[in-house]
Parts: sequence; structure tokens; C-alpha cells
Amino acid sequence: MRIGVDVGGTNTDAALIRKREVIAAVKCPTTADVGSGIVAAVQNLMRKAEVEPDSVKAVMIGTTHFTNAFVQRRDLTKVLVIRIGAPASRGVPPFSGWPQDVRDAVFGDSALVTGGFNYDGRPIGEFDPDAVSEIACRAADAGITQVAVSCIFSQLNAEHELRAQEIVARVAPTLEVSLSSELGRVGLLERENAAIMNASLRPLAAKVAAALSDALSRLSLTCPLYVSQNDGTLMGAKQLIRHPVLTFAAGPTNSLRGAAWLTGQSDAVVIDVGGTTTDVGVLSKGFPRQSSVHVDVGGVRTNFRMPDIVSVGLGGGSLVRRGDDKVRVGPQSVGYALRDEAMIFGGGTLTASDIAVASGWADFGDKKLVTSLEGDILEKARREMSRIVAEAIDRIKTTPDAIPAILVGGGSILIREAPAGVSELHRPDHAEVANAIGAAIGQVSGEIDRIYTIASPADKEAAFAEARQLATERVLEVGGTRDGLEIVDLEAIPIQYLPGGAMRVVCRAVSDLAATEAHP
Amino acid sequence: MIAEIGLDEIEDLAIGSAFLGTGGGGDPYLGSLLCREAIGRYGPVPLVDVEQLADDDAVFGAAAMGAPTVMIEKLFSIDDQDRAVRSLERFLGRTASAITSLEIGGCNSMMPVAYAALRRLPIVDGDGMGRAFPQLQMTSYNISGVKCAPMTLADEFGNVVLFETDDGKKAEDLARPVVAAMGAAGCMSCYPMTGAQARAASVPHTLSAAIAVGQAVAGRRYGDRAPVDRLLAALREQALYGDARCAFEGKITSVERVTRDGWVFGTCTIEALEAFGTAQVAFQNENLSVTVEGKLRCVVPDLVTIVDSETARAIPTERLAYGQRVSVIVCAAPSQLTSPKALSIVGPQCFGIEEKYSPLAKLMARVAPYR
Repeated sequence: MRIGVDVGGTNTDAALIRKREVIAAVKCPTTADVGSGIVAAVQNLMRKAEVEPDSVKAVMIGTTHFTNAFVQRRDLTKVLVIRIGAPASRGVPPFSGWPQDVRDAVFGDSALVTGGFNYDGRPIGEFDPDAVSEIACRAADAGITQVAVSCIFSQLNAEHELRAQEIVARVAPTLEVSLSSELGRVGLLERENAAIMNASLRPLAAKVAAALSDALSRLSLTCPLYVSQNDGTLMGAKQLIRHPVLTFAAGPTNSLRGAAWLTGQSDAVVIDVGGTTTDVGVLSKGFPRQSSVHVDVGGVRTNFRMPDIVSVGLGGGSLVRRGDDKVRVGPQSVGYALRDEAMIFGGGTLTASDIAVASGWADFGDKKLVTSLEGDILEKARREMSRIVAEAIDRIKTTPDAIPAILVGGGSILIREAPAGVSELHRPDHAEVANAIGAAIGQVSGEIDRIYTIASPADKEAAFAEARQLATERVLEVGGTRDGLEIVDLEAIPIQYLPGGAMRVVCRAVSDLAATEAHP
Repeated sequence: MIAEIGLDEIEDLAIGSAFLGTGGGGDPYLGSLLCREAIGRYGPVPLVDVEQLADDDAVFGAAAMGAPTVMIEKLFSIDDQDRAVRSLERFLGRTASAITSLEIGGCNSMMPVAYAALRRLPIVDGDGMGRAFPQLQMTSYNISGVKCAPMTLADEFGNVVLFETDDGKKAEDLARPVVAAMGAAGCMSCYPMTGAQARAASVPHTLSAAIAVGQAVAGRRYGDRAPVDRLLAALREQALYGDARCAFEGKITSVERVTRDGWVFGTCTIEALEAFGTAQVAFQNENLSVTVEGKLRCVVPDLVTIVDSETARAIPTERLAYGQRVSVIVCAAPSQLTSPKALSIVGPQCFGIEEKYSPLAKLMARVAPYR
């Protein structure tokens, strides 16, 4: 059995699953210290399911704690940035484009040293160990504890970043090092930003990891602890301490993955209806489709793997207002005040939830308070809600064909019939804890993203074979197993304005954790 | 009138030049960071009208050349740009008194501004394309008989290559493999001109036009209108770009791409949402033409840009994808690009299109406007 926990801004959800079955699920309020909320949720869960701690084989936790910390600029640590790549890249130094407030919170120092690589693997310059050593010693003397190291084309060749890491460990062992090559993909500035954000969150990550393992021991659980990453796969507590930034998009990812598991669908649209917004994402081969555009987190541009999500202003608390010839729903919402302001709770505001109850789609609050609503407004509001969802679905699809959709989240009562463009609508049990389930079923993954010269079909074959091999090795390194290992993504993307067939090859492999039971 | 480019103008210039990039020219984001850095350090850059240039002014063109995928790794450095210009200055025995952009569309609108800041020189309010084109010979300068070379190309190590050739296309062909050898990103200086030549051969007022377009799209002007209407209003204000209009509005239903010889060719199909009809936009890095219901409505060198219908922000060809709600905005090319001589250098035939150039005003004469 495994326990999945989703620590959201408001609720901490927990679900206990065994093979393909959800044994129990609970919701508890999130606490400021994260740990006590988890303890309360898991205690309730185990009591409800009547299971003993030693039958739990793993606990998986998904949290938006680090995203929130970065966005709200709290608990951030100052960082020294060492960029390897001089004499290239000088015009756009580290921290370019950062909002002033977060720059003030994170900027420790910054240096550019020689080294780095060209797209074809030729070095740009000779790596300078003395410069790195001097910068590291100076930073350590100034009381800095975190270093981010970036290097031009380091996702192609990480050698210079690794050498910098070795030197820092030797000359200034108090410094912790975050490498850009372990975090991002092509795009130096965005990859470097990911490394800086990561470094700034590491002391907080150490605290949170300690709180999580403390929570487990308070619960008498001795099993391993894992944390959800952006792409729906897991990392261990040790890796959380090193790579907290990889949890940034775990929330939406877990909801998509949970929806896939609850329904057995691997290619579908997932509609997650909350109190204020509806998030629509796409499952492709069981994993969230990743966004191809830059994602800003707290005003800082990044390029790590994030699910592609279309968010629209429709939720259980959305305001319903009569316009000239049509009825508007959202984007304004009463949000958390639903239980005070909605008509079914005796309030004076007409909300989407009132429409659902008056239509007989759901039964909560006091149905009698909405019997006076006319058929006309009900019909128009329902049509408008359906239109909003259909449009969001259409925006996220990649082809005109109708595809299956899965409905999750507390506000899923707002949708009754399959919206346009949907071939079949799934409404699974336990949809309200899809996030926690998504955490519980996490697998492990490995990805590579590098440039190859592809002039013939044989070159492409060779590049793909090497990419598969490297991605597989990475999966095994993070605790995966060869059984059931699957290549979920393998593509070659041509590089423009460059003769000679240079291609970016991206490959991603996933597998179950070797340590836990297999599951489909 | 805008007298100088300071930090406030940079974002607007980036938005406006993305529009004038007609889907290509590279993402101006990194260039805007480069400008912020340079202007923050050296101060704002005076903008000089081509009419204000003295006859004997020495105007030097500045640009980055290479593969966008590589540029996002190696970023930029104005020191390399400096080396390219200094080397050309030495060769010619003249010192630059103004810097000009070769290409207002896309990321090449930015580097010259940052470089002018470093040199504390004015930047010419004008460029050699009035939009984006993929090759060096495709400029109003070349059309007017100004030579691309002598031309220099510099990398980050202090290597500088000097090209001497009478032919702009030859300069392009020679430079491309040298850039690859330099690591697929370099800085160049070319089309050295006198003030008199720049006055006669530039597409004028393109920097101020790009900034005006950016201000409108960002909502800093015409704040009470919808974004696409703001964009159209700003374009119609520019004497330079005639007949700005929305040629089609709808949803992208397919995007097809093929890569040949380092160029991406493709077609984007858009279907109307509230009426019937289909439009197709053909591109080769930049958008080349738009047809509606099989009828040609706009063709290169006139401008075709696909913008997000909600924000009016230009969508580069590599980001076009199914489901996007888009408007196809077209406007007439600056007159420098449409003479018979010009069409032999930047006309449809130069992009493998068989149909002869026909101005937008003629192609759209009987078409009811969308907006």
C-alpha cells in the first residue's frame, strides 16, 4: 500500500491506494508548518482505513510550498552565481530580467569565468579552475552558503559545471552547489535562472525535508518518502534537498496523473474545476503534455518541464450575472466565501454552484433557496458554463478530433454533459482527491536534451539510440527499474538558420520505482 | 516624437519589432535584456531622424547573425559588436557618427540600440528592411545601390573576418558558413554609408513606428479599445505602412512544417469561428503570404503577421499551434521595397512563390474589412 499526500494552499489531502484500488481518502486543513497538517491527514486516513503503519510501503508527497515561497519571496537565501562561458554571453549577465524585489532577496554575487561549449561540442574557452576557486573562497568569506553554476551548452556537455562543483567542494566546503545542467534545458538564461531559484530554496528545502521525515516518524511510518516533481515523477527526500525547484508544477501535474489513473485513460483532456478557476490540461501517453513556451515563476523566466495548462475563470464560486441578451458566468468569484455568499447558503449572490443545485445536478446547501430561479437564467447560465469549458478544451487540443475528457476537482458538479469536442466524459470516484492520488502513483523518469548533427537516416538512428540509452541510464540512477521501463518521448527538432542538419534530440524514459510494488 | 530610447521604450520596441518581424527575426526578449543592461550602464540612446543626418555622417550597420537556438545559449555581447564595427572603421579609415539597425523586425532591432549606447552614438530612426528578411542582400540599401560589403563578422574571441565583395547575395553566402564556424552566433557590421546615402536608402522612421506599435499593443495608447484595434490604429498612424487591416480572424486548425537547408517552410491553416471560411498563411521562417478561400490577399514584401486575437501580440512561426485564436494582420510594405528593382531582391519570386507581386491595396480592394 502507498499513501499519497497533496499539500495545497488550503487543504492537505491524503489517499491510501493498493494496486488499482483507492482504500480511503481524506481532506484536512493545511497548516503553516506543513508537517502537522500531514500528520493529521495521514492519521485520519489510517484510522479510516484501519491499517497499521508497517503495511505502508511508501509515502509520496506533492506540495506547492516551494512555488509559493518563491512567488511570495519568503525564506529565500542569497546566491552566488558562477557562469562559465566567457568570453561569450557577457552582454546579458546573470539576474537579467529579474524583478527588483526578488533580485534583492536572492542576489549574493555573480561572476563570469572562461569555458563552456559550442553547439557542435567544441569548447568556447579553456576552463579556469583558479578563477572558480578564488570566487568561491571570496563568497564563503562573505558568508554566502549557496552557489548556482551555469555553463553555455552544459546540457550538451556538463564537464565544466562538474569541475566547478568539485573545486567549490574542495576549497569552500561550506558552500552548496546547484548545477544548471541538472535542472533545465536549452536556453542559458532560463536554465541559469532555474539553478539560481533552486539554490535560493535549498535551505528551506532542508527544513521542509526534516519536517516531512519528522512527520513520518510521528506517524510511526518507516517506509521511504518521495516527493512529486513537475513532470509527475518522484524524487527522494535527499534529492528534494538538492533540487527543490523541480517541485514547482507538481500540483497541476498530480491532478492530471491522478485523473489518468482513476479512469485508465492515457490520452485525454483533464478538466479540473475548482472554486474560482478551471484548469484544463492534456494527458499524452499517461503524462501531462509539457508546455513549449517559457514559464514565468514569480516574474522570473524559466524553461523547465511544466504541464501545458489553460486556465479559465469558471468555478463553483463564479458569479452569475444577467447581461443584455446573455448570462455571464465568472471570471469573478466569491471564492472561499461560497458558504456565506451563495444563495443556497442563504447569501445574496448568485453563483455557479446555485445553478448546479437549482438544476438538480448537485445537492448541497438549501435547495429551497433557489427554487425561485427562472428556467431562462438556468438554461442560459448552463449553456455559458458549457461554452467556457468547451473553448478551454479546444484551446489545449492539438487536433480537431473529439477526445475523451476526465472531470476532477470539487467544482466538477458544474458540468453535466460532455462539452463540444469531447468524445466521452469520465467522472471517476475520488475525483476530489485526484492530486493526492497523482502523488501516490508517481514513477521515476530520466530525460536528456542535446544537439546532434544528423545528416542521414543512419545518423538519426544512432542519435536516437544514444538518447534512449542515456535516458534509460538516468532512470536507473534515480531508483527506477528496467522492467516496464518505457520511452515516453523521443523527438528530433531541427535548428533553424544553421546548415548541416543540427538537431535537438529530446528523450524521456519512465519506470516504476524499484522499491515498491508495480502498478499499471 | 520620440527623442531618445531609454529604459521605458525598450519593452515597447520589443513588442513592436516582434510584430514587424512578421513571424520571424528571432525573439526580441534577450535583445531587450541586452538593451536594459547597456542603457542602464551608459544612458539613453538619442534617436536621429534620417533627415537630420549630415551628408558626411558615417553610418554603420550593426546586427547579430546566427541560429536563434544557439543565440539563446551564447546570448550576446556588445563587445563583439564593438569589435566588428571598430574593425570596419579601421579598414575604411572613418569613425562611426551614427549606428543603424539593418532589420527592425525581431531581435536585430535590439543589438544596435545597445551598441549605440556603448558608443554614446545616436541610432538612426530607420533600418534596411522595415520588417524582417532572412538574408543580408534583402535590404533597401542594396536596392538603392549601397553595397553590403566591406563587411565584418566578429566572434567572442576577438576573431574578425572581413569580407569584400560587390554583391550582397555573395556576402550572405560567404558569411553563413563563417558564422557556423564561429559557433553559429556572431556580430556583424555592414552597409557602411554616408549620411547622404543613409538618408536616401533607409526605410525611415521604423524605430519610432515599432515603439508606437508596442505602446498600442501594451495598452499604453488607445487604452479604451480592444488590443487588435489598438494595433491597427497605431499602424494606420504610420505613413510608412499603408492599408493596415485584419485580413482574417479565426482559429488555427493545422500547422505543417518542413525543414530544408536550414530553413523551415510551412503553412498555417486558420478557420473562421463566427463565419465560414479558411485562410492559409505560408511561411519560410517569416510569413510570406496569406490567402483567404484560395484567393491571395497579401504577399511578401507586404507584411503578414499572425497575432493572438486576445492580446494582439505577434506569434512567431515556431510557436504557431492548433487551437490558437488568431488575427492575421496585413499592411503594405514601405515603398522602398516595392519598386521593380526592389521586387527582384525581396519580391515573391525570391521566396519561390510563382505569383507576381500585387499590392495589398489591390488584392484587398473589394474585401469588406474585418475591423
